[in-house]
This record gives sequence, structure tokens and C-alpha cells, in this order.
Amino acid sequence: MTATASERTLRGGSWVGRSVQRREDPRLLTGSGRFLDDITLPGMLHAQFVRSTVAAGSVTALSLDAARAMRGVRGVFAARDLGLTGIIAGLDRPLTEFRPTEMPVLAQDRVRYVGEPLAIAVADDAYLVEDALELVEVEYEVGAAITSIPGALAEGAPLVHDEVPANTFLDVSMFDTEGVDQAFAEAAVVVDVQCSTGRQNALPIETRGALAYWDARDEQLIIYTCSQVPHQVRTVAARSLGLDERKIRVVVPDMGGGFGIKCVVGREEIAVAAAALRLKRPVKWIEDRRDALTASFLAREQHYDAKAAFDADGTLLALQADVLCDMGAYSCYPFTAGIEPLMASAEMPGVYQLPAYRVRGRAITSNKAPTAPYRGVSRPQYVMVIERLMERAARELGMDAVELRRRNLITVFPYTGINNITYDPGSYLESLNLCEQVLQDEGWYEYQAEAAQQGRHVGIGYSCFSERTGYGSAAFAARKMDVVPGFDISEIKMDTSGTVVVTTGTLSHGQSHETTMAQIVADKLGLDINQVKIVQGDTDRITYGFGSFASRSITIGGSAVSLAAVKLGDKLLEIAAHLLDTHIDNVRLGEGRVELVDEPGTGLDYRAIAEVAHLRAQLLPKGVEPGLAATASFDVNGDGTFSNATHGAVVELHPGTGKVEILRYYCVEDCGVAINPKVVDGQARGGIAQGIAGALFEEVTYDANGQPLVASFIDYRVPTACEIPDVGISHLETPCLFTESGAKGAGEGGTIGAPAAVLNAVNDGLRHTGVELNDTPIHPHVVAAALATATATAREDSPA
Amino acid sequence: MSEKVLIELTVNGVEHELVVEPRRTLVDALRHDLRLTGTHVGCEHGVCGACTVLVDGQPARACLMFAVQAEGREVRTVESLAEPDGTLSDLQQCFADNHGLQCGFCTPGFLMLAEGFLAEEPSPTREQVREVVSSNYCRCTGYQTIIDSISACAAQRCGGAAKEGAQ
Ligand code: FES
Ligand code: FES
Repeated sequence: MTATASERTLRGGSWVGRSVQRREDPRLLTGSGRFLDDITLPGMLHAQFVRSTVAAGSVTALSLDAARAMRGVRGVFAARDLGLTGIIAGLDRPLTEFRPTEMPVLAQDRVRYVGEPLAIAVADDAYLVEDALELVEVEYEVGAAITSIPGALAEGAPLVHDEVPANTFLDVSMFDTEGVDQAFAEAAVVVDVQCSTGRQNALPIETRGALAYWDARDEQLIIYTCSQVPHQVRTVAARSLGLDERKIRVVVPDMGGGFGIKCVVGREEIAVAAAALRLKRPVKWIEDRRDALTASFLAREQHYDAKAAFDADGTLLALQADVLCDMGAYSCYPFTAGIEPLMASAEMPGVYQLPAYRVRGRAITSNKAPTAPYRGVSRPQYVMVIERLMERAARELGMDAVELRRRNLITVFPYTGINNITYDPGSYLESLNLCEQVLQDEGWYEYQAEAAQQGRHVGIGYSCFSERTGYGSAAFAARKMDVVPGFDISEIKMDTSGTVVVTTGTLSHGQSHETTMAQIVADKLGLDINQVKIVQGDTDRITYGFGSFASRSITIGGSAVSLAAVKLGDKLLEIAAHLLDTHIDNVRLGEGRVELVDEPGTGLDYRAIAEVAHLRAQLLPKGVEPGLAATASFDVNGDGTFSNATHGAVVELHPGTGKVEILRYYCVEDCGVAINPKVVDGQARGGIAQGIAGALFEEVTYDANGQPLVASFIDYRVPTACEIPDVGISHLETPCLFTESGAKGAGEGGTIGAPAAVLNAVNDGLRHTGVELNDTPIHPHVVAAALATATATAREDSPA
Repeated sequence: MSEKVLIELTVNGVEHELVVEPRRTLVDALRHDLRLTGTHVGCEHGVCGACTVLVDGQPARACLMFAVQAEGREVRTVESLAEPDGTLSDLQQCFADNHGLQCGFCTPGFLMLAEGFLAEEPSPTREQVREVVSSNYCRCTGYQTIIDSISACAAQRCGGAAKEGAQ
């Protein structure tokens, strides 16, 4: 009965699709949000970490006594004092493919990167604890540091982990299909490209942090933390501390951004919890910016060696790639160090039809801070590689690069690729056409021609990509992860006022869940969004969830929320039909009420039904349980869903300074049904800014000894409003077949598309120089040198 | 370092007496001693602007000032912007209307920056707004909607007049 009843009675809906104002805003705008560092508890102490100052070697002496003796210091704990179980992230793969490693909560004898925590110090005050750190003395036997991929792979290179041969965490040749060699042999054109992307910091403005205390009344360890994955923090904390999970409650307050680096479990969170248990006092740790830049999770450092074969018409025949990712010192939990090479290997063919594919992906360990997924995960890089190959092939074939892309884009859906992934319908061709049209209509091609006449260097570049979102259990299981973060669960409860509280296992750190999830529920139940409360980020209030990453919030979490609302609606209908003494087919959900179909305008409002369900259960139909609650879980069927976009960038290259100025940036995106278009635009713009940051500005560098050269915002070039252009956006809408709302994920596309579009535009601007750039960030001195060579050559060439 | 001094701070028109170490930053005094947690900390070295407050009407980095340096001066924080009943100020409302914030962590800094700036330059060009905004970091929005929000507020305050005449 229920399924048909819900189908028949659901309203069209008036909230989804509207750019309604965010319900988060009033508190955040008035300073009434509650971020981690805003929480203060009676008796609270402050923690910081003693961190390794060398990249590789062993600790020969650690003297903590002077710090311990300082007035106001309540404890300084090293690994031996706490005896915690380390963090191990696993893949279900043979040792020949993947080497699991342990990340100890605190390093004991051996250190593997500058910033690795050795001890936690706790004092009465945040200033005092820093004084205490000054009194700690550590002696090391310094070893040789591995600081580059070639260094890690060199014959006889020292090992970062004794149990990881060749410094290779993961080595998987995921595809080697038939016909690769033949295609390369018979191709009209073979192009290759070597691309490297720099190490980046995802850089949420709020750094990481945790606050833990033992709640004697609930017999629970409470951990407040800035985490995108509270349930997984609970799991790791429970194992590490030897507690049952019910004895731990992880709560995430407002969070000032995460972008992926907060979707892995940090060792510091566990150490803070252990210190709080030891001291029987609340202990708070707020990561300072220096630690966030040097010792937190980093991202992105990859190298690609790729080549592609094309026939004379420009049709792509084969692709071969060797993917090397520098994952730093440790595997992150729960994803492991395999996440980046596996992502690249599985999805590299992207939006193009590809008949033959060979790929090898490796995760390399080094003496640098460990990495975590960062918005886009490998896709910014492999899209850059594919798009460079397209541009090169076009040049070799004397074709227009946009035309060459058109010939190769997937246009018939669903399409099952050479990578065994089935792509749901998208608008790959349409988005490219529209993006090109916009730049044409705005006159950028004429502008470029005129600029060239004046000896200026203006380039136009595109990138086409799809973004796999809504990874269900099947997709992650295919990666052979031990932890398969596919589904999500939602619970909905209606109170006697007729308003609802809905839980989601996903977690907003800026993506507006309180608004968008409420829009979904409001439509399903005929409520105003202000009658819907969304609860997230509390392991005691939420059955289970995997938090927010991989653009899973609306696709998976939103679908679970939607299904739970539908279930509750069915119950409302059943009770109302009984109370109204009519048949279930004669009722439907209306605006805050159940109405009679044959007598519109009459019915029972939710409050009346809810009062019966809770306060006068004797009136309920036989067999119906008192109360109004429903639970639903959702998992994506099949291979997930694919948002897509085309980005177009117009840049001007300035001789002398080598500055790359972005004159115009346009994005045509398709994330299916946009629950709240303004929020989608915001995700695109924010993502593009981070993509541009990776393309042109940000890089975490190390010296040969593994000392980080970036320890403050003086060294790390974060783009500001003067470097990030306004972004024009058009939306196409190809509804998703696999999610309840038809939405596809929208969180990461901006970051994925921007580096390739900018890099292609820069190369277009350099085309007369003969110099081609394939590494990001694109350093100004490289651009300046290219332009200078070109000018010099031109001068020599020109008749005297 | 444990010698403490007694200071008087006027924040949002309210006088407070505080006993602080001379090294205590203004932002810590505001957040942790006065419990005005709206002002945020993003870097503690004067670059990100998350800690921006108004000191005698001028935007200032509260992480670069010691609390003792604020004695005798008027400090305004984000908590001063809305009406006591919670009604948002025109500037705050413009941020809400233009999706000028996502996670909201940088937002108090941008609001106070804009509040100080618009008091001095009531009808700026968009480029002027962009330049001022470039003194703070936001990691979520890509800045465009922050510039939109501040420009919209300026336009409203000038009765929707065009931005001509601005220097
Ligand atoms: S916290 Fe003051 S400028 Fe960053
Ligand atoms: S809104 Fe998140 S940092 Fe600006």
C-alpha cells in the first residue's frame, strides 16, 4: 500500500529548485555560530603537540620533565605514557598491490616528517602550553629524507616504512585492455605529456581542532571535533582507546570549511581524547596555522606520464598512463594512500570515448606530511592530463581543439566505458558548445586577435570533464576499501506541533545542508522549510553516516532524507484516512495537512494527526505504532552519477612579470536538478577559486632535508579577491536517474575543471613561443622566461 | 610572563575591566575573556583577516594587537551589527541576499572590514570593493559574492544610486 500511496499523493513541490535564503546565515552573520574554539567548558585545559623537527630518523632522547614541572602544566604525554593503538587504514588487496601501514597516534622511536607529533602537552592556558613546548628537548639521529618521487623510487633509496618496499604503498595496474599496442602502432598521431601538480593545502580558514572530556553522568567520552566524518572518528577513537563505541560521542559544531582534509581521522583528535581521559578534565586543542601548513594533511602532489593515440580524423584510439602520487608519510583513515592512484586509474578516460586503455597507478611514500583527499581528488590532475593530450593532438593534426573534443565526447547514454563504468546521462557536448558560444558571443576571440596585433599574449582554454559523484557502496567496494562509505541513513520525527526533525549522516561545512535538506523534506511533506529542522554531526543523535565528501551529501544523504520523509508521509496518510473515516486512496498530503481528494480543502492538519499519534494513541488504526517516526537508508545503485561541465578561461600573460591574469572565466555546469541554484553557484565559484589557486599560486615545498619551506601565509600564496575573477555560470539540467531528487553532486566540479582550463589558456597564450607548460602551479618566472625567449627569437628572426 | 595588568576595554559600547597578561592578544581577550566569540582566528599572523574588528572605527587585525593596546579605544565586533532583537543590519542582510558566505568562518572579518570601509567610502566602485576585500581570505566563496554583497549594501545606502562619482 505505502509505495503506491506515496506516489499518488506527493505534491509537486515548491521548495526544490528555488534559491531560497540560507537558514544558516542569521547565526553566522551575527557571530552566533558555534565553532569548535567557541566552546569553553568548566575546568578546561589547553593542549598543543611536541612535533618532530626532522623529516626522517629516530628519536634518541625526549626530555619532558622540565615542561612537566612548569607551573600550570597539567601533563605532558609521550607515546609510552598513553599506550594507544595506532591507526590502520586497509584495502582488501594482496600485499603485491597494497601495503597497509600503521600511523601511530604519537610517534615513538621513529619520525617520518617534520611536524609528526611526539607528545601532547596540556596546561591551564593556551599561552602557557606554548611556553611548555619550549622546554621540551628532543634529540634525533637524523636519517636521509625522501622528498621526491624519483628519490623514493631510486635504487637503494632508504625506506620510509621498513615494511613498504620501494617506498610504494600501492602499485596497481587496473586496466590493460586489448588493442593498446596496436592502436599506438597504427595511429596517425601519437602525443605524450608529462604533467606534475604541486603539493597543496586545502586550507580551510578554520584550522583543525578537538575538545574532549569524560561525561560521568552519561558515562561517555565526548569529543567535539572539526571533522567531516564523525562516525569514523568514533570508530577509530574506540579502537585506539579500547572503549566500546557507545561510550564515545563525537559532536561536530559549525565547521569553518574542510574541503576533504577533515574527512580523514587525525591522530591529534585521538591524543586529545586520551589526554582528557588521563587528566579527567576537558582538554581542547586548536591547531595553529603553522601546524596547519606544515603538519596537517596535505594534498595533490602527482606526476603523470601519459600518451594517447589518434587517427587522422582526430578520433581517440588509445590512452596509456603511468600515475605516480606522493602521498607523504602515512596512509589516511579510512581511505588509505591508495585513494588518489585508484581514483585516477578508474576514471581517467573521463568524458571521452576510449577504445583501449592501459594504466598503472602508484602511491609513493615520502618524508612529508601525509595527504588526505582534497576536493576533486585526482580529477583536477587527470583532467589536466587528458585535456593537454587533446590540445596537443589538435595541434599535431592541425585541427581546432574544440572540434577535436567534440568528435570524442560521449554523446549516447548510458555509456559503459572501457573502464567498466556506466555513465548516466549528461550534457557533455551541449556544455562544450554553450561554453564556446558564450566566449564567442562575448567577443573574446576578436579580443584575442586584436591583442595579438598589439603584441600582447592572450590565450583561451577549455576543459571538459565529468565528475563522478554519489559513490554508492558498489563503487567504493570496487576499489576494495575496508571501509565502504556508500550508504546513508536518515530518521525523521514529527512532534505534536506537526513540525519535523530530520537527521542526516552527512555533514555540512559550508554547503548549506540546513537549507537544502530542508527544501527536500518540505516538498515531500508540504511543510514550510522553517518547520523542518536538520540534525547533523552528532553520533548519538544519528544512527550512522559517512559524513560529507565526494559530493555525496545531496546525492546520497539527500536521497535518504527524502525517503524518510516519504515514509513519514505514508504514515500520516494512513492515520488520517482512519481518523477521517475514509479510504487511503481518498487522502493526499497538502500544505501542512492531509486532505480529502474528493473534498479538497477539508482534512486534518498535521498537528491534529500528531497529537493523536502521541497523546491519544487509542484513536490510532489497529496495528499502527504510536509516535510519528520513520527511518530510511539510501545507497546508489550502479556506478554512481556523473555531473559534468565545461570551463572556459581567457588569460593574458604579462611579459616581464610573467603574471597570468584571468580576464574571463566561464563555467557551464550540469549537476542535474539543482535543489538550490544559488548554493550550486556558490559551490562552483568556491571550487573554481581553489582550482585557480592550484593552477597559479599555491604550492607546499620542502628542501632536500624534508624541511617544509611553507610555514606561514607569507610563504603560501593564497589567492585573494584580486586574483580570483568573477565567474560566469550557465546551468544545464540533465536529471539524475539514480537519486531521489534527480540531483547530482555539485561540490567538486569547480576545482576539477579550473586547472586544466587555465593551463590550456596559458598554453594558448604561449603558442607562438614554442614553449609548452604542463606543470602546476604555473610559476610567473616560467611564463616570463617563455615570453622573453619568444621576444628574443622574434627579434633575431626579424630582418634587421 | 605571568605578570598581569588591569585594563579597561570598551567593546560595542560596553565597558569591561579585564586582568590580562601584556602578551594577550586582543582577539583572545575578546573571544575568551569577554566571550564575544563572533570574531574568529584563522592565522594569528595578520594575513587572513578573520579576526578583523573595528578599533576607533578603523578595521584592524585583532590578532596583531595586544589587548592592552586597545585600552581607551572603541572596539566594535560583529556582535554589534544586528539590532538587539536579532534583525540583521543592512550589510548583513546583503550578505544573506547575495550568498556572500558559505561556512561563515571568515564572515565576521569581512563584515567588519566592509563596515569600516563603507563608513569612509560610502559609494565605492566595484573595483574599489574588490581591492578592499582582497585584504581578507575566504576559502569557500571565491570572493565574488562577497564583493556583490558589499557593493549591494553601498548601492542601497546611497539610495540605489549608481556608483559614479566614486574615487
Ligand atoms: S587571525 Fe588575524 S589576520 Fe588571521
Ligand atoms: S565562507 Fe568559508 S571561509 Fe569564507
